[in-house]
Amino acid sequence: MTVLKLACATIVLTVVSTVLMLIPNWNGPAASTAAGPIDDLLTVTIVMSCFVFSLVMVALIYFVWRWRAKPGDLSDGEPIHGNTKLEIAWTLIPTIMVLFLGGYSWVVLDEIEGKEPDRMVVDVYSQQFQWSFDYREQDATSYELHVPVGRQVEFRMHALDVIHSFWVPEWRVKKDNVPGVTTHLFVTPNKTGSFQLICTELCGAGHGVMRAPVVVESQAAFEKWVRQQDSVPDRPADGKDV
Amino acid sequence: MPVALKQAGWWRALYGLVIGAAFGYGLVVALRAASGLPLIQTEQTGYPQLVVALITGPLGFLWGIGCFDYWLRWIAGGPTVPDDHADHGAKNWKDYFKVNTDHKVIGIQYMVLTFFFFLVGGLAAMGVRAELAQPGTQIVDPNTYNGLFSTHAAFMIFVFIIPMFAGIANYVLPLMIGAPDMAFPRLNALSFWLLPCAGALLMASYFAPGGTFDAGWTGYAPLSTGAPIGQSFFNLAVQFAGASSIATAINFLVTIVTMRAPGMNFWRMPLLVWANLSTSLLVVAATPFIAGVQFMVLFDRVLNTNFFEAAMGGDVISYQHIFWFYSHPAVYIMMLPGFGIISEVISTHARKPVFGYRLMALALIGIVVLSYSVWAHHMFVSGMSSWLRVPMMITTLLIAVPTGIKIFSWLGTLFKGKIHLQSTAMLFSLGFIFTFVIGGISGVMLGMVPLDIHVSDTYFVVAHIHFVLFGGSVFTIFAGLYHWFPKITGRMYDERLGRVHFWMTLAGMLGTFIPMHWIGLEGMPRRVADYSAEFAAWNLEITIASAILGLAQLVFVYNVVVSWKYGPKASANPWRANTIEWLVSSPPPVFNFDEIPRVVGGPYEFGVPGARHAILAGDDKATVEQPKPATVGSVGSST
Repeated sequence: MTVLKLACATIVLTVVSTVLMLIPNWNGPAASTAAGPIDDLLTVTIVMSCFVFSLVMVALIYFVWRWRAKPGDLSDGEPIHGNTKLEIAWTLIPTIMVLFLGGYSWVVLDEIEGKEPDRMVVDVYSQQFQWSFDYREQDATSYELHVPVGRQVEFRMHALDVIHSFWVPEWRVKKDNVPGVTTHLFVTPNKTGSFQLICTELCGAGHGVMRAPVVVESQAAFEKWVRQQDSVPDRPADGKDV
Repeated sequence: MPVALKQAGWWRALYGLVIGAAFGYGLVVALRAASGLPLIQTEQTGYPQLVVALITGPLGFLWGIGCFDYWLRWIAGGPTVPDDHADHGAKNWKDYFKVNTDHKVIGIQYMVLTFFFFLVGGLAAMGVRAELAQPGTQIVDPNTYNGLFSTHAAFMIFVFIIPMFAGIANYVLPLMIGAPDMAFPRLNALSFWLLPCAGALLMASYFAPGGTFDAGWTGYAPLSTGAPIGQSFFNLAVQFAGASSIATAINFLVTIVTMRAPGMNFWRMPLLVWANLSTSLLVVAATPFIAGVQFMVLFDRVLNTNFFEAAMGGDVISYQHIFWFYSHPAVYIMMLPGFGIISEVISTHARKPVFGYRLMALALIGIVVLSYSVWAHHMFVSGMSSWLRVPMMITTLLIAVPTGIKIFSWLGTLFKGKIHLQSTAMLFSLGFIFTFVIGGISGVMLGMVPLDIHVSDTYFVVAHIHFVLFGGSVFTIFAGLYHWFPKITGRMYDERLGRVHFWMTLAGMLGTFIPMHWIGLEGMPRRVADYSAEFAAWNLEITIASAILGLAQLVFVYNVVVSWKYGPKASANPWRANTIEWLVSSPPPVFNFDEIPRVVGGPYEFGVPGARHAILAGDDKATVEQPKPATVGSVGSST
């Protein structure tokens, strides 16, 4: 009977904690096609986590309450050394759970990193403590990042001094900019609006203020904006990487 | 030769420090003169004359304090004084400031010194939180801020958590396996005295031109290779702390393998011993990697070796691979000894055998093996080869399995026990299960590549590391310190103050680190002195909670100081535990055992009538190895 009661308590706590944990929108507003699968993955992980947490908490609190020693009680507990079936269970079941999460994560990873053939390429340059953007197709540069909505963008990222990292929280994706290496990040913005690009790799005194405005707009608005930007005469000669 | 130079001690250490530093400085100047270079080089990353002095100075100090005397005499072919162990034990507080080869003295030296560094690192954290109380810049400029969080982590990791566990094990482990001392007592003394060198370098960095190191405790190149001279202090401090760790790990391995009391086979070793065996296996193989990579950074800075200079063909990402090849196992170096402590405390205070003892030991070994294959999960967004991510994710997630085994087995140990809650050590152990489960769950989330891509380098990570390093390591350290306090000092601590300490620490810890998950998910990056106004309310709350957390530690300091001096005398075995250290007086005699104990059973045979773990001569042998018929409610186990 006790086992049944504890199982009920675990289920109740799991349900209550899951409901409470799923009310807030933890990751904040979403604005790219990667956000949906990532947020769903977070939801599934939260549900499983609430179950594990509830299981441990119910056992911990009940055992401590039920078998607390009375003052002056100097006797020992029952000499239970283990239980092979139980030990196999709590080895195998968590293994299955984490392998499920690993497989699910792999699927999501492939989904959010799929490349579209008609993607637009933007070169991102980062240096202490400034972002700049080079639109080679449109022959324009800017300190603001403007991208059209609904079309995949490939960011080719170049660090000019130390490591920086490119993150727009609403897009959910992030990639370091590394000196000597060109790194790539694929994003399909699916919501217009103004966002903020945040540097997330410690890069020196100005790290906390190394931000850039991000504007996602319609294709027409983007084309209008990009025509107003300067072209760059001093672009690196090879036209590829720095 | 002046008397002060013949006699090892603080005067000779002072001379050694000055002579060593002057020698290093002079050597560089002389070599530069011979090469026709300007005598003094003051490029901000260079200062070779200072960097070499920072190596030779501490070595001179170690010579002066007396760490090398015996070996030097032996190497020189001089008569070595046969050790009469007259220096064992400590007669008064001054003896703790001398080189001593007694593992119990060294253990206390470790614990007190590393706790001092805990307070220093804690002050740095208070500085960080004060600045973050409001958005904008109020108290420190961004450079100083970067220095504060970098030194906070460096103090806590390199000269508090890792050596604190080494200190606890140094004291307890030889007693637990029935050994008179560690296998290499002189090496043990050297291991300890390397630590003040490391800590002093970290503190001295604050006075370096250009300020202290501010590239984070991770010191990623090329930010670190181009940083002012303070960074070199970090590079070198890690060498001294690392050498200390490696020497201690070798010492533990040899001690555990060769010096167990008769009858103590591997399956009769207490789990604390298993835990330190596992930890030492990690330290000896992993720590050389961080030593190597910090030397590479130092060489880049001083010798222009360009290991991490992309423009000169260097490879920036390789820094992270080498760094994390140590620093992920380091997480387990900071956690496995704590697992050992928790097993001892829970079993003793729940009066139950550890549930699934063998699987508990095997889980430790499983973590050791897996932990070498997960390092790149710190690098999912680093731009490394993208194929590495999925395999590293799978191994990372699999570590949750042996960790889960340990959590479930501790719960199994509580099941049908007689749980004594008045012990502060037990409160910290139960609190640890609560906080570590949360830290473990957020660890699984961080292991999943798509979630990690979003939360990497945000406050979610800060929350996670503090749940595992504070809720994990520090809680277990407190559990261990309270549990063995009577054994170490011969006095009982005040349980009432212990409870105040525990509840304040738990409340402050939750108030500080839980909201960090939330602001991290929502978009607050880590390591920023300034942040957007939307996070202001939670940051203020976090700062207030962290002040409670900080103040709680003063309660602990007060409790320890007063109890050590005035606490009621402790009996040999106040917790009625089974392991061998409780068979001898509190504090133990200078040579631990008048006679080597004989191990006759498992370490946790609570409730098994007539069962014993170990016996000393003079015990009634008739009660051993002759199982009595089971009698209900017999107090069978403890002596």
